[in-house]
Parts: sequence; structure tokens; C-alpha cells
Amino acid sequence: MSISHTLLGLLEAGPRHGYDLKRTFDEKFGHDRPLAYGQVYATMSRLLKNGLVEVDGTESGNGPDRKTYAITDAGITDVEQWLASPEKPEPYLQSTLYTKVVLALLTDRPAGQLLDTQRAEHLRLMRNLTDRKRRGDLADQLICDHALFHLEADLRWLELTAARLERLAAEVRR
Amino acid sequence: MTSAAPAGSLLTATGLHKAYGSTPALDGASFSIHPGEVVAVMGPSGSGKSTLLHCLAGIVTPDSGLITYDNRNLSAMADRERSALRRSDFGFVFQFGQLVPELTCVENVALPLRLNGAKRKDAERTALSWLERLEVDTVAAQRPGEVSGGQGQRVAVARALAPNPRVIFADEPTGALDSLNGERVMELLTDAARSTNAAVVLVTHEARVAAYSDREVVVRDGKSRDLTLEFTG
Repeated sequence: MSISHTLLGLLEAGPRHGYDLKRTFDEKFGHDRPLAYGQVYATMSRLLKNGLVEVDGTESGNGPDRKTYAITDAGITDVEQWLASPEKPEPYLQSTLYTKVVLALLTDRPAGQLLDTQRAEHLRLMRNLTDRKRRGDLADQLICDHALFHLEADLRWLELTAARLERLAAEVRR
Repeated sequence: MTSAAPAGSLLTATGLHKAYGSTPALDGASFSIHPGEVVAVMGPSGSGKSTLLHCLAGIVTPDSGLITYDNRNLSAMADRERSALRRSDFGFVFQFGQLVPELTCVENVALPLRLNGAKRKDAERTALSWLERLEVDTVAAQRPGEVSGGQGQRVAVARALAPNPRVIFADEPTGALDSLNGERVMELLTDAARSTNAAVVLVTHEARVAAYSDREVVVRDGKSRDLTLEFTG
């Protein structure tokens, strides 16, 4: 999963400071693997350097000053491109795909289209494997079958998610 | 959704609408296929994919929209003309072979040829060559009730291919088979169709079956989406 794209996507809802970003990330995507503070600040400073975010203001309090970050137009384009590009089909993609779907819903982008694009990419690879299997020997067939069954599982997940998009949208936007 | 049909298409549909009572089955679906091409029609249950297949095959008449086969308007044809076209140009494979139980396997395959006017001997000779090609010539003299599901489905594929159709409509052709038999049926069906330059409209909800196609069209809520055409413009 791309943490920088996910944090950028979260900033589309409005400027936030690092702690806020971490908390939202953990709540939506972290589950059993919360993000380390250091990782948030390192990511934000890299995004800042690349012009994808800018400092929107600084909050002063008892502790150190806290910077508030806002996404730039270049940052929005970057998220847009990430969401629109299918992932290379491979086993155990679910966490990245899940993140993309949730972010698309959170940012009012067409999540169904994202799933369709991914399905086409998966099927493209499945066609290549099926073709290789037809021309290959038994070893080739077994190796291709293993990959095909994993891809098929991903596709079933894509189907089910497509069927549950409305419910998921209602839940993530709560 | 596709708008204009690509040049060289054999069978095209644009803006199809079909409702059963107040339930819409197709809501502006479009489709196109070239000779020799295998197109998978995918989508969840109840999405309208079987209705799309039935409209394309002239079995169901859409409420509105245009279907063109070989530059002829299918929707404007009389029932008799459409039936004749189905016999001469189209072949069908269904989930459960739907073979005639009283006839032997070779007689089943010969049946469409006989209906098109072929003599019994000629029809059965051609039928037997198709059974050989589909690796089921050993069951030629048996009745459908005496053969396995996989063998029966291969006989059904042979029956669809025997009259040299230009379009084969296959509705979940491997739905009742195990993985190994399903794969072999798909290999034999697509190899035979490609070698005779027949187009195959393949309705399936299984990705592994769809992987035998050249491209897929997704039907959801009665609307079809041809991603390959969108990508290639």
C-alpha cells in the first residue's frame, strides 16, 4: 500500500496536522498496524519537498509548534493518477485495493470504475496465463493454475466489493 | 459503454432496452463482435447478461434499440426469417447440454444438419467428425442419459459447431462441469471456433472461463461496458 498516496488522499478533505493524519489513517486503514509518528512526518516532509503538499499554517500550544498541511493541485493530480492506475495483479493485493476503494469513496470519485479497471487488468493477466497454459507442458500448467486461482480469488473479491459499494460508502463516510 | 460499433463487426447491438413487466433487464446495453472473436459477457446474477445474449441471438425481441447481423437489421426481421437465420448461421451451447434424450449422440449432432436439409448419411458423417474433434466419438452410439456430464457437454459443443455457424452463443457452457472438464470444453470450443472463424458470445460469471476470451464486456444493472474498446479508443 502507498502510505504517501493514502495520506495525500486524506488531505483532500481539508488541511490537517500530522497527528490528525495519523489518527485518521489508523482508524480507516491501520487496524492492527498503526502508523508510526516518525513515518508520518518523514512522508509529509517528502511530499512537501515534491510540492504535493504545502504548509497551511502553524498551531502554537504548550508543546512544539504543529504544522498544518494542505494538499496542492499537483497533489490532487497525483492521487487521481494513483487511483486511476490498476495495480499489477499479484496475490495478496487486498489491502492496497481496499485502501483505493475507500479513498475513492471518501473523495467522491467513481469507485465502481476503479474496480472495473482493476478487473480488466486481472483478466488481461489471466488471459496471458491461460494462453501459456494451453501451449505449455504439465509443469507450466500447474504453475499457471496456481497463479490463476489466486487471481480468481481477487476477482471474486472485486465482484463482491462492487456489489457492496453503496453500503461501504455509507460506512466510510459516517 | 460503447457508442458506435467498430468497423468490420459481424453482430452489433446499440441502445438495447428490455423490460419484463416493470422490471428492467436491459437499460441501454451495447455490444459488438467480429468474426473469429471470442467475447465474454460478464456480470453478477440478474445483471441482464443472459437477456443480452437472447436479444443478440434473436430469441428475445428488445423493446427498443438496434441489432445488426451481417449488415441486416435483426429487429426488423419476421419471426420466420429470424428462425431460419438461427438455424443456418447461429449455434447454441447451454449450461446443461439440452440434448434430445431419445436420440443417440451422433444423431443429436446431426440434427441441425438434417433440419438444414442434409441427407442422413452425410449429416452423420459430418457429425462423427465433429465428435472426433471434440474427443467423444466413443460415445457416438450412446444416448445422452448414458454419458457423463463432461462428455454430454462436448456433444452439445459438437452439435453447435457442426452446421458451421458464424456465431456461437454459449450461456454458462461449463457451469455444470468440474474444473478439468470445464477447461477442456473451453479449449475445444474456442480452438474450433477460431479455426472456423466463428464468433463466440460467451456468457459466464467465472473469470477462469472468461480468460479463454479475447476481451470482455461487463453488464451491470442492464448496462454493458466494453472496457477493451474504451482503452483502445
